[in-house]
Parts: sequence; C-alpha cells; structure tokens
Amino acid sequence: MELSQSTGGKRMTVKSKLSRKKTGDRWFPYLLIAPTVLLIAGLLVFPIFRVFDLSVQSYDFTRLQKAGYIGLENFRNIFTKDDMFYSSLWITVKWVLIEVVLQLVFGLIVALLLNQAFRLRGLVRSMVLVPWAVSGVLTTMLWSLMFNQHIGVINDILMKLGLISEPVAWLANIHTVFGSVVVAELWRGIPFFAITLLAALQTIPHEVYESCEVDGAGSVKKLFFITLPFLKESIVFATLLRAIWEFNSIDMIFTMTNGGPMDMTTTLPIYMMKTSILEGNYGYGSAIGVVTFAFLMIFVVLYLRLNRSGGMQDE
Amino acid sequence: MNSKWQRKLGSKLLFYIPLALTLAFVLVPFLWAISTSLKREADVLSGTVRYIPSPATFENFIHVWNDNNFSQYFLNSVFVSVVSVVAITVLSVLNGYAMSRFKFKGKGAFMLVLLATQMMPVILFVIPLFLIFKNLGMINTPYALILFYIVLQVPFNTILMRGFISSTPKEIDEAAMVDGAGRLRIIFAIIMPIVLPGIVATSAFAFIGVWNEFLVAFSFITTPDQFTIPIGLKFMVGEFSVQYASLAAGSIIGLIPPVLLFMFIQRYLVEGLGGAVKG
Repeated sequence: MELSQSTGGKRMTVKSKLSRKKTGDRWFPYLLIAPTVLLIAGLLVFPIFRVFDLSVQSYDFTRLQKAGYIGLENFRNIFTKDDMFYSSLWITVKWVLIEVVLQLVFGLIVALLLNQAFRLRGLVRSMVLVPWAVSGVLTTMLWSLMFNQHIGVINDILMKLGLISEPVAWLANIHTVFGSVVVAELWRGIPFFAITLLAALQTIPHEVYESCEVDGAGSVKKLFFITLPFLKESIVFATLLRAIWEFNSIDMIFTMTNGGPMDMTTTLPIYMMKTSILEGNYGYGSAIGVVTFAFLMIFVVLYLRLNRSGGMQDE
Repeated sequence: MNSKWQRKLGSKLLFYIPLALTLAFVLVPFLWAISTSLKREADVLSGTVRYIPSPATFENFIHVWNDNNFSQYFLNSVFVSVVSVVAITVLSVLNGYAMSRFKFKGKGAFMLVLLATQMMPVILFVIPLFLIFKNLGMINTPYALILFYIVLQVPFNTILMRGFISSTPKEIDEAAMVDGAGRLRIIFAIIMPIVLPGIVATSAFAFIGVWNEFLVAFSFITTPDQFTIPIGLKFMVGEFSVQYASLAAGSIIGLIPPVLLFMFIQRYLVEGLGGAVKG
C-alpha cells in the first residue's frame, strides 16, 4: 500500500514537471528561430522590396541629377530596346539546359560506378567527388591554366594527338569560349549530382535486387526497372535545385571570361552585376533583377509543388 | 567456358574504363596546377609544355605568400569563415531543434521561407545591401560579409540539422526534463554532443561555402587589405602580365582548406543528404 502510494506520488511530480515545461514550450520554438527570422527579414526580405522600389527609379551613379521615380520606363527599355537583355537571356537558357542535362547524365554514371564494391573505393570516392568543394574562382584558375594558349596542357595533348595543328586560344575565341566554360563547370557540377544520387542509391534495399536476380534480370533491366524508378524523386529534386543554381551562378563564368569575348558568355546575372555593381546603374540593374526574379519564380513554384508531394516532407 | 570468361572481362572493362576516365577528368586540373606551381616562372613561359617541373621549386609559394599579400588574404578568409561558421552552426542547431521537436504556428511558413531563400539569385540582394551597407559604413569591412554569409548559409544548414536532430529519440529530452534540465541545457549539453558528427559535417559544409564565396566579397570589398582569397586570385589575373606559376601556387593555397575538409566530411555528407532527401 505504502509502496504504491509513493510511486503514485512520484508519477505525479514527473507529470507536473513535464507539463510545466510544456507550457513554457508554447513560446520557446519562436525564441529559437527568432534570430534567424530577424536576419532573414533584415538582409533578404527587406532588400527584395528595395529592389522592386529601385526598379521603378532612375538611380544611376553616373547621372544622379536625373534620379527619381520613372514608373515602368526601365522595364519598357528592357523589353523593347535592350538587345543585350535578350542575348543574355538566351545564353542563360542555353547554359542552364546544357549544364543540367550533362551533369545529370554524367553524375548518374559516376554515382552508379562509385556505388559498386571495388578495392580502394573510399579513396576513389573522395577523389572523384572533391571538385564539389572547389569554388568557382578556383575552378576557373585550374581550368584557365589548362586552357591557356601558350602554357596549357589541353593544346599540347590535342596537338600531339594530331587533332589540331596550332594552339587554340580557348577562352578568347568566340567559337570555343562557351564550350570551354561549360566543360569547366561540368567538372565542378558533376560531383553534386554524383553525391546526391549516391546518397539516394544507398537507400535502395538490397533485397529488391536479389529477388530481381532470382527472376533472371540482367544489369540493364535492373537499371531501368529498379534503380531509375527508385531514384526518380532524387533526380527531379537535384535537377530542379541545380537548374536554379546554374541560372544564378556567376563566379565561374565571370572570373573565367568577364562575360566576354564580345559578351558571348554574359548571362542574365552577369549582365545584372555589370549594370549595377560595376557601372553603378542601380535602377536599371534592379529592373533586370525583377525580371530575372519573375523567371525564377517559375522554377520555385515547380520546386515547392514537387517538394510538397514527396522528397523533403515536413513531418 | 571461354565466352563466360570473355563476358566477365567485358563487364570489368565496362566498369574500369569509365572509372579511369572519370578519375582522369577530375584529377588532371589539380595535377596540372601542382605541376605549374612547382615550375620556375621562366620555364612556364618557355614555349615548350613540360609535364614534370625540372627543376622543381617552392619559390612561387613563398613569392605569392609574401609579395602578393596572400598571407593577408588567407588570414582574412580564416577570420570571416570561422566567425560565420560558428554563428551558422549555433543558429542551425537552434532552428533544427525547434523544427524537429515542436509543432508551432508558422512552422510550415518558416520552412517555406528557408527553401525560398535557396532559390533567389544572390546578386538580387547584393544591389540593395550594397547601398544599405554603404550608408552604414560597413563596405570594406569583414562584418558585412559575415552577416550576409550567415543569412545565406543558415537555411540549408537548418534543413540538414533538422534531419540529424530528428533522428535522436525524443525520450532523451523528456528524461532530462524530469531531471530538471531546461530546454537550452538539453540542446547544448545533451543533443549537441549526440549529433556531433552531424554538426561537424554541417559546419564543414558551411565553411566550404563561405571560404569559396566570390560575388558578395567582390561587391562589398574593394580595398586589397580586406580581400579574401577568391578576390585576391581574381585580381591576380586582372593585371596584364599574369604570373602563371604564382597564380597556380595561390590557387593551391586556396584549395587546401576546403579540399581537406571535404575529404574528411565526404562520408557524413552522403549519409546526411540521404537522410535529408528521404525526410
């Protein structure tokens, strides 16, 4: 009798302690996220409104006497008079499509290779995935050394193979510059897909393959009927995320070519940066930003839709 | 019998040839930079492309470190990265804990905002923030970079952190509460040690991001004594006579911290992403 009473009493205190904590928990999560919310509000949300505000102004550091609100004139100019806008939009679309498709295909191949069991797999894995950790600027430096007309290894190899007869200035030639930057960005981008898809490959249960092997399926069949369907969600997720990143990416192309030669590698973000940060035309640059933002919203809506229906669900 | 052996050889080749090509594609740029960095500047420009530096020399590293001010850039990068990463890690743990342990109004909206920040072009924020920081006198200070890097990196790290914290049982928290521990103590003294591998991985991830950042640093920093490594390298190329061997040496100095960290966290990262993708 005494014993049960004492345990009952203890249970009571445990309960009351927990419930006292739980009432404090009502506001506690807000306290935890408060610093982040404030930072996002101050450094991301407020500036976005400022961009919209700037986009309807004439705000040019070289012509400050003309500053003031001008309505939609910046936008009118973008769509009716600005060939540079259309050319950079086209280059951006080309860039995103080529990069994402090639990175996906090669990334999938690399992930499948690295998922096999072989000797020194751990070491090979870290080596193959390591370009992911290398910044755009450093990627640029490494590849500029290779693409260089005089000191580069690429010309040397191609000449020894007899594929070209004289050195090519890969980054200064309008016919080769885009392809050269694409290759360098692939070097950095393939590991991203490989890492994401490798992560997904490791969540496929072994039994599925085993039961399929019992039915006599070969490796091609296994790839198309088990692996790819299993990877579908990760592929869609990675592709969309990467498309957004490639759309926004600036460091690689800008440090490699400065957007040239003859603006052959000027994408929308680079055009935006040149107009605003380098030339000081903040109003027009912001208007280009708003247009870019509108394009990206298409991706964002798609991403969030897919995210709702699978992938990173909120529990 | 013979055809079976041939098939086996065929499938081995089908595996090892692509693997070798991949390794070559990945490693050649590194090897070429290392080789270039060890050559004398005159040998680089001699007109004949040499694969093995002879004589090999470390003078480029010494030159770039002392005369091209790389020691200063390196220190700037270290300062900005370390301060940012500590703040990013603490905030991500707090957010991750809130997201994994509580149901609260606005949680879904918070998650949406976190995801949305990952899709906005950074250049869009750079324009207004440049004007704001300029008014505050923060252009050309590391603090402008640190503040912006924190807000850029916290969202993704929060998502990763939430995954790690969700995989620890809630009963631990309840047991600690019964013993009279407050929530903050639970977070810092109990949860953080348990998810330490995850914390190491996410901080290293954040470090790599901050260390490599170019656009914001290029826009907010214009005085050379505040340059970070990516900006220092960019300006080494900007001049009309490029010293290639020094450039290669500078690139390798800039590569070492993120590459070493990546080798270290690569396994955690694959696991962590596997968790994040699955929810």
